[in-house]
Amino acid sequence: MTASILTVDDSTSLRLAIRLALTGAGYDVTEAVDGVDGMTKANAGRYDMIVTDLNMPNMDGLTMIRELRKDARHAGTPIIFLTTESDADIKAQARAAGATGWLVKPFVPDQLIKIARKVLGK
Amino acid sequence: MSATDPIAAFRIEGGELLDEVEQALLDMGHRLDDMDLVNAVFRGLHTLKGSGAMFGFDALAQFTHHCESAFDKVRKGVVPATSQLVAVILSAQDHMRALLDGRATGGEAAGDDILAALEAAIAEAAGAPPAAPAAKVAGQGWHVVFRLPADCMANGTNPLMLLDELRDLGPCRIVALTDRLPTLEELTPTHCHIGWDVTVETDEPASAVEDVFIFVMDDMELAITPLAVDAAEAPADPANTAPVAAPATAPAAPAAAAPPPPAPPAAAKAAEHVRVPAERLDELMDRVGELVIAQSRLSQIAHQDGGLALRSVSEEIERLAGELRDTMMVLRMMPVASLFGRFRRLVHDLARDTGKAIDLVTTGETTEVDKTVIERLFDPLVHIIRNSCDHGLEKAEDRVAAGKSATGTVHLSAHQAGGEVLITIRDDGRGIDRARVRAKAEANGLIQPDQLLADQELLQLIFAPGFSTAAQVTNLSGRGVGMDVVKRTIESLRGTIEVASIDGGGSTITLRIPLTLAIIDGLLVRVGSGDYVIPLSAVEECLELSGEEDLRSQGRSLITLRDRLVPFLRLRDVFATGTPADPHQKIVVVATGNDRVGLVVDQIIGNHQTVIKSMSPLHRHVGSFTGATILGDGSVALILDIAQLVALAQPREERLRAA
Repeated sequence: MTASILTVDDSTSLRLAIRLALTGAGYDVTEAVDGVDGMTKANAGRYDMIVTDLNMPNMDGLTMIRELRKDARHAGTPIIFLTTESDADIKAQARAAGATGWLVKPFVPDQLIKIARKVLGK
Repeated sequence: MSATDPIAAFRIEGGELLDEVEQALLDMGHRLDDMDLVNAVFRGLHTLKGSGAMFGFDALAQFTHHCESAFDKVRKGVVPATSQLVAVILSAQDHMRALLDGRATGGEAAGDDILAALEAAIAEAAGAPPAAPAAKVAGQGWHVVFRLPADCMANGTNPLMLLDELRDLGPCRIVALTDRLPTLEELTPTHCHIGWDVTVETDEPASAVEDVFIFVMDDMELAITPLAVDAAEAPADPANTAPVAAPATAPAAPAAAAPPPPAPPAAAKAAEHVRVPAERLDELMDRVGELVIAQSRLSQIAHQDGGLALRSVSEEIERLAGELRDTMMVLRMMPVASLFGRFRRLVHDLARDTGKAIDLVTTGETTEVDKTVIERLFDPLVHIIRNSCDHGLEKAEDRVAAGKSATGTVHLSAHQAGGEVLITIRDDGRGIDRARVRAKAEANGLIQPDQLLADQELLQLIFAPGFSTAAQVTNLSGRGVGMDVVKRTIESLRGTIEVASIDGGGSTITLRIPLTLAIIDGLLVRVGSGDYVIPLSAVEECLELSGEEDLRSQGRSLITLRDRLVPFLRLRDVFATGTPADPHQKIVVVATGNDRVGLVVDQIIGNHQTVIKSMSPLHRHVGSFTGATILGDGSVALILDIAQLVALAQPREERLRAA
């Protein structure tokens, strides 16, 4: 069964880049434009993995991750966040919020696919 | 003594290591590519080098270092093992033995020749095709032990994926660590309680392993060690491996000698044994002791006013506590071989110093005794053996004149009988000169002139404080510690000493030592208003003292037991209870050695596991008791000293026999 992935990002170009990379690797991709949209879509469907930006309007990524983890339905769903800073502080915050892993922007498609394979298996 | 000299201990250990290396090298003759053997050789050399340098065997350490480096190449698959290389290392191993014993001849030249041959062998081997790739992989890779953060699964990390990733690196052996699993009540189902121990064979660097854990690394426990280091360092523990046995300079041990426990030859074997510091065992023993006390209290309460459910649980706990105690005892047991082995050197030295030819024959080394007992037996046995060699055995010419073989024999044996271990030291010397003992004792005021003594009493005088055979003191026995120390030590172990001697035929000293010191099975009895414990191992039988027999025996304190007269003691009188006797008094027949005595008690309460608490120094001098114990209800019961009580009853018997 094809794994389905929800990507949450306010940048259209980045959403496209993510979609291209992941669909090319055989995953189903659903897009959301901000934290609130992400929450709504995550609660409406079932996703094997969520990839989210942190800095977004309406609801930022950290808050969304925190909210999702409060819901038992999303316990155990891998959540990867994208960040421009590689500083440890933001990573620690995101991990505390309940994120599974991270990917530092800019990234090449292969890095994203590698991470998807890492958390989802092959 | 070799026991306390680290250099001597290292010589012994080094000899054993070389034995192993030799064995492995010989085995390699048929199986050149057996990595286990290669590793065994390497390990042995590695340990020898390390310990050698520590104890000042610099030449040995240096020489071994070269051999080790050469063999390391084989181990890492840089050069294949060749029979030529094995042969060179075998001869190198002989040279190491010479260096170890300090009898190396030819000086450095001999070693240099061997090293040159070693170089040549390596060079030649390097030209040969390399070992099979499988052998190359062996020993390369990482040993990874990790525990993930508890909330990792809730946060989307799947541990199975991580294990899959490790598998991608190379062949893995994965063992789950379940030691931190909480009880079912405390278990949070979404948490990760399991750790993993993974051995992965791979050429990838450690960073590849770290990458697997990149997202969780900050919160997890992760230890990555190279496999090769694991293998090389595991057995390198010289401090603990020094079994004390005859050093290589001693005469070849007779076949009867137990071989010293060999160091584990392979990693698989090492896993079967766990070295535990003795204090931890003692700690555990204390806990078990307390558990046993608490358990007796529980069972007493359960039987007084407990329901059926409580009683059945209490019985279950009683059974478990008993088993735990027995298991604990076995843990503390050590074969006496470790003790006997230490006397070879002693006898060897004694033979040298006295100029007598002495053989030490040991039997029953596999008999097991409590560790503490073994340690405390050492000094007394040294004294007794010294005495036997020094005073007992005659000079060779005297022996021949007496029609004996020129070589004297000291026979050291151990065997278990019931709850006791009998350790016998027998020599075939001239025996104890009773007249001389008597004269000495009279001169020292130990006995009155013309005092009547039983043979055993007379012989026991050699253990009396102040009894000195000063006229015969040599540098061996005149060390200011007399045989009275022997007696005191043995008595502190709750043991007894028996002496037998045949004029011209030698003497035999038998030590009877209880198997363990800490806990005994006892028979709880009541005398007057006090409770007492009789060690169950001494109890032969219990019978009722019928009123008729009681009357009949007044004044002579003897009963007929299966056609034998057995003296008995009324403990009520001995302890001056001052209370009226129970209508149905009981006799507990106890025995030590060959003597039997009946102890008249008011009531037999039952079997009681007893943790022995020693008496305070103030009460030390009180005879009749060896210690005290705490009963289930918290009251104290005294433990009867059976040997003492039997001795107390015996003179009456003697008198009666004489009459």
